[in-house]
Amino acid sequence: MPDVTGGQIVTEQLGEEPPVQETRRRSFLSGALAVLCGGLATLPPVVAAVWAFLDPLQRSSGAATFLPLTDLNNVPADGQPRQFPVIADRVDAWTGFQAEPIGAVYVKRDEGADRVEVLSATCPHAGCFVELDKAAGCFRCPCHNSSFTLDGGIVAPSPSPRSMDSLECQVSKAGAVSVKWQNFYTGIEDKVARK
Amino acid sequence: MRDASGHSETSGIGKVAGGSWIGNWLDSRTGYRALVQSALYERVPGGARWRYVWGSTLVFAFMTQVITGLVLWASYSASAQTAWESVYYIQYEMTGGWLLRGIHHVMAQAMVVLLALHVMQVVIDGAYRAPREVNFWLGLVLMMLVLGMALTGYLLPWDQKGYWATRVATNLAGLVPLVGPSMQQLVVGGPDYGHHTLTRFFALHAGFLPATLVIFLVLHLTLFRKHGLHAKQPITKPDAMFWPDQVLKDAVAMLAVMAVVLGVILMPALRAILAGEPIVPGHLGAELGAPADPSEPYAAARPEWYFLFLFQFLKVFEGWGATGEFLGAIVVPGATLGIMFLMPILGQWKLGHRFNIVFTIAILAGAGLLTAMALHEDYYALWVDRSAFADVEKLIESTDGDDEKIFAVLGHDKEKWNAFTNRRDKLEAFRRSEAFLVAVKQASHDSERAVELAGRPGKIPSAGALSLVRSDPLSQGPKLFAQHCQSCHAHIDPTAENAEEVFAKSSAANLFEFGGESWVRGLFDPKRVGGAAYFGNTAHKEGDMVSFVCEDFTDEDEWTRADKEAVVFALVAEADLLQASGRKGVIKRGQDIKRGQELIADTDRCGSCHPYRNNETELGYAPDLNGWGSEEWLVGIVTDPTHQRFYPDTNDRMPRFGVASDGGLQALSDKQIMLVSQWLRGTWYRPAAHNPKNVSEHP
Repeated sequence: MPDVTGGQIVTEQLGEEPPVQETRRRSFLSGALAVLCGGLATLPPVVAAVWAFLDPLQRSSGAATFLPLTDLNNVPADGQPRQFPVIADRVDAWTGFQAEPIGAVYVKRDEGADRVEVLSATCPHAGCFVELDKAAGCFRCPCHNSSFTLDGGIVAPSPSPRSMDSLECQVSKAGAVSVKWQNFYTGIEDKVARK
Repeated sequence: MRDASGHSETSGIGKVAGGSWIGNWLDSRTGYRALVQSALYERVPGGARWRYVWGSTLVFAFMTQVITGLVLWASYSASAQTAWESVYYIQYEMTGGWLLRGIHHVMAQAMVVLLALHVMQVVIDGAYRAPREVNFWLGLVLMMLVLGMALTGYLLPWDQKGYWATRVATNLAGLVPLVGPSMQQLVVGGPDYGHHTLTRFFALHAGFLPATLVIFLVLHLTLFRKHGLHAKQPITKPDAMFWPDQVLKDAVAMLAVMAVVLGVILMPALRAILAGEPIVPGHLGAELGAPADPSEPYAAARPEWYFLFLFQFLKVFEGWGATGEFLGAIVVPGATLGIMFLMPILGQWKLGHRFNIVFTIAILAGAGLLTAMALHEDYYALWVDRSAFADVEKLIESTDGDDEKIFAVLGHDKEKWNAFTNRRDKLEAFRRSEAFLVAVKQASHDSERAVELAGRPGKIPSAGALSLVRSDPLSQGPKLFAQHCQSCHAHIDPTAENAEEVFAKSSAANLFEFGGESWVRGLFDPKRVGGAAYFGNTAHKEGDMVSFVCEDFTDEDEWTRADKEAVVFALVAEADLLQASGRKGVIKRGQDIKRGQELIADTDRCGSCHPYRNNETELGYAPDLNGWGSEEWLVGIVTDPTHQRFYPDTNDRMPRFGVASDGGLQALSDKQIMLVSQWLRGTWYRPAAHNPKNVSEHP
């Protein structure tokens, strides 16, 4: 096995080569070139990988639009919130879905009122689905026990930093209720829409 | 690794003297300097050489595959309804997806080439000899793992190409005695190809095989370091260290490999720039065929080029049946591999080493030759002109291909006969090649169309892209027409060069742009209505319609020019094809259409035979013109031409495609009838950019 004395031999042999300084300069140049070439060779796959991996950052859910929700007649004017699914066409990467439930809202209509209030069912704390606790007469999030009044107001103390997110809605003359469907960032005090 | 005694560390070369405190701290905790030292300061007997770069380039290629593969994995979805779709998304919609997939695809091929070079270098240099036998065997295992990854990766896009190639490969695996069928079923994930074929191939491709490869690679490199580099004799230069000279050579080779890979990917872009055409990034890098469809023939099926020699080799055993395939696909490749495993033992003798070299070169040359033969067979028609066989074709035609007659024509001359059969074989090869090239072209069309459909604003339905293709009139119409309609009807632009020839062979009307303006104008042209493109070759040749057009319709007192125009547009409007005929502006001239409708309904004119609107003409004598040429009307006549609305008594040979005979099945399903009708009417999805006629997608 040449290994045992390998280091010595090489040292000696290199010692016979041209002056050390020149060898060093040449070694440095070779080393630098090697690093450069190796780096350049590795660059394309790394660039392609990072480029493609960051693709999701370019995607947005698009501008919020008003989506038909229900008919005013389906929302009794008793001040009790009722859950409705939000139906819309949805694109998930390559798949297009038509008229699919994409989320849920609570709709409340006060006695004698001809307009409604719409609350997103997404908890502003961490995004769980807020449930309506009819017996207790409040909303409750099953994940971290955030509680909200039937108007969506925060019930202190609460892990949620803000009240439930209200959504813009419209009621047409014919009584069709539509809602401007949006998702908001969770866990912060301000209600900021996701893009 | 190589130096347990730590001598190379004391050699002093490149040793970091002093170093920063953080470096010292890290070194005291990890000993990284010794590791770097042992990695870089490996002794290269005789100094750095280009012939030692192949192993390093293979490691580099593998690392490239790991990097690109992991990110591809992050976007790939292995199921029969999402594999093609997710690859489409990577290739055509994700930023940089085409480059990522392109590098992965081309580098996989580069890896096969580098493997061949590495094996050749090792064998020629005799690097497999003692004490490196085990490392040679590890290398052969690595080779099989790389080929296994190439094979499994080919299926993952779930396109026609990968699907059919994999069917063949797995069916061949089923030929292995005793365990074959079970093995096949295990790999395929059941009795049939589907979700579990993909999940299993994906697990193999991205899990089992690379994990095993990493283990074997570590062992391979460990043994390589243990025994040191096998120097090619004679050594003429002094020894040197791996760093920096050999590393530089390795790095230059890696850069060259990457440059070639990028060159292959970007070449079409360069060509497009030179031709002044726009560059479509999705068309660069790896291609994506039409979605896998077990019900569609795929005559363009070929394995990837590096397996082409095996494909061709199987043809050697043509006519031997399953035994031949077993021999060609399993026994011979198995024996070859077996001999390669024995090489280190054979190589102990000088003669054995020479045998190994000759064997390796012979195998590579043989593979090269078989590949060239396969390519020659497939592309033969490209470099040979059909006219070269004109006399052979003529001779066959004049004798109905009867050998005895041909022999007689050749004057019973044996030599002439041999020359003839030789050229007849070549003609046969030409025809096969031509069919292959047509299939390749068709595959390319199908693939483009599938991509076009997948890019619709509505995206791909959850049933997958295949459902889009199957319900696309443009994809299915021509195939259905060729199968069921073309034996009688022509479908060719009347201005085409060979149109008259095609008309003469047809026995029913030309249906090209049926219902559109030019078709209707032809119908009312006295010179054409009785011709082969309309009623000329049918039982209606001397019917009332032909005589009406030739006589009444030409009477200018009865039919003014404006009235004739009105009738044409009213009919096109009835077919709802005014927009498609590029007559959008005509719609505003509603008056014309209304006048035309009145003329058609008039019981002294068209309405004397044809029922239309409320003209009280009875059904049965001539076709109902309500909704004439519309989808509903076409579906109706294709379903049952003998229906009261069409030709209850005068139907000329047209089958009732949508009516089941007693206890039988319909010749065409309702969906097929709808697709062929939509295709005839030209109502299919067109991307906004290429939609000059502004035809909307059919619901």
